[in-house]
Amino acid sequence: MIEIRGLTKRYGDQTVLDGIDLSVAAGEIAAIVGPSGAGKSTLARCINLLERPTAGSISVRGQDLTSLREADLRRARRAIGTVFQSAGLLSRLTAADNVALPLRYVDVPDSERHERVRRLLDRVGMLHRASYYPSQLSGGQQQRIGLARGLVLEPPVLLADEPTSGLDPATTASMLSLLASLRDELGVAVVLITHEMDVVRSVADTVAQLDHGRIVTRGRVADVVRGSDSPLSRALLPTPPVGATAGEGGRLWRLRYDRDDVPATWLSQISRELDVDIAVRSGLIEALGDGTAGRVVVEIESPVSEERIRAAFFARGIAAEPGDGPQQEPDHLQTSALVGAGAS
Amino acid sequence: MIALATSWGQVPSLLAPALGQTGAMVGITMAIVVALGGPLGVLIVNTSPRGLIPHPAVNASISWVSNLGRSLPFLVLMATIIPFTQLVVGTTIGIKAAIIPMAIAGIPFFARLVENALREIPRERLDVGLAAGASRLQVILTIQLVEGLPGIVAGFALNLIAMIEYSAIAGAIGAGGLGYLAINDGYEQFNTQVMVGCIVLLVLLVQVIQFSGDRIVRSLIH
Repeated sequence: MIEIRGLTKRYGDQTVLDGIDLSVAAGEIAAIVGPSGAGKSTLARCINLLERPTAGSISVRGQDLTSLREADLRRARRAIGTVFQSAGLLSRLTAADNVALPLRYVDVPDSERHERVRRLLDRVGMLHRASYYPSQLSGGQQQRIGLARGLVLEPPVLLADEPTSGLDPATTASMLSLLASLRDELGVAVVLITHEMDVVRSVADTVAQLDHGRIVTRGRVADVVRGSDSPLSRALLPTPPVGATAGEGGRLWRLRYDRDDVPATWLSQISRELDVDIAVRSGLIEALGDGTAGRVVVEIESPVSEERIRAAFFARGIAAEPGDGPQQEPDHLQTSALVGAGAS
Repeated sequence: MIALATSWGQVPSLLAPALGQTGAMVGITMAIVVALGGPLGVLIVNTSPRGLIPHPAVNASISWVSNLGRSLPFLVLMATIIPFTQLVVGTTIGIKAAIIPMAIAGIPFFARLVENALREIPRERLDVGLAAGASRLQVILTIQLVEGLPGIVAGFALNLIAMIEYSAIAGAIGAGGLGYLAINDGYEQFNTQVMVGCIVLLVLLVQVIQFSGDRIVRSLIH
């Protein structure tokens, strides 16, 4: 649906984006994460062509937008709906007029205009707020109006720049379920720029990590979380901090679900097999994609050989590494280093 | 000099034509100021680095000219441009002659007020229009000016009051109006009744404009 090839943006001799390749299929939510300063905002502005890329191409449904002249480019931009970071609603227009704004620049009959605005307000659950002004709406409600406005031209691609930043968890969840329903019911290709790993895990199909203007990790979310131990993988599924140090003779092991068919009873199975007590010190296990993903830190008391322990876990699809103690457990630090302070 | 005995009853008949002259001077001037100063303000804000058509050289030169127009005290400006006034309207006295310096002082003033009103609009709101495929002109007309309207109206009221003040100063070149009446009939001829009448009327005028301006601005902000 949207195909980005070799996208490069330079300001003077500073390269902000360096050869970005990214394709997002219809009905796919592609998350783009990265620390502030990684180029997320510039990428967003290049994708909807508010900034002209220095090099590279952006194609929607096979049409290269970067090759177009100004007037054609304006028309082409309408194929990409944008949801802005702080909603960007016009303060002097009602919710309905805000949603209708993009229709003022195209030739749409009045009756259809009203119908479309009604339909979209209904879709985002804001029909009862149609005549409210933005100042009378909560942040989450404003964000939904912004989403409805981004969709009013019925674009095949939706670009959402930090659509959940500053929203409370419940509002974030409802916003995300809206995005998911757009993907599932309308087949919209969604480019979701975010710094919230929970958002990526709960709604994105694929994830790309941007660093210093390059995509350093890219893949299906489930594969990235399960298949590797990269910083992105750890940031996506962080282990909560481990409390006290390991006891006398005990050893901490950091476990990662490596496959999607890890048996639910692995803990008791391994405990019986090795004939040892296993203490769970920290962990996060949740449904992801078609299976389960998890990161767990356990403490194994008895002096069983490392090889046996490793093999027991491996047989059940779990990657195990001995950890040297809680001080070597800075997952939350890595997370913040990876995703930065948030707003870009 | 012996004060002319103008009774309180006669004051309104003196004030009415003077008010009409002030109204004409200020009204015509404001029409010119809005027609020229408004677009100038839009141009200044949009040629700035964060504007819709960034252009440092154009921005710097317009800003410079605009500052020049605001740097002279009005009385000095009026005297300085007498040859220009003569050239444009063919006279250096009267209402017509007053309008030229008033407009020259008012245009850059209004341009700055418009610029301030528009500069406060978050850039993201303009991008909304661009992302929806609007031309820059459409963005200016449908987003920038709409969002900036309360600030522009507030600036208009401010400018209007400044122009009433300038019209009084212009009374010095025989432009007529309330200021002229106050100075010539009131102050120079020790005519307390006329003086008081002019002052009361000017104070009322300014209060009414500011009050209505504030009311309109409030009704425009949501």
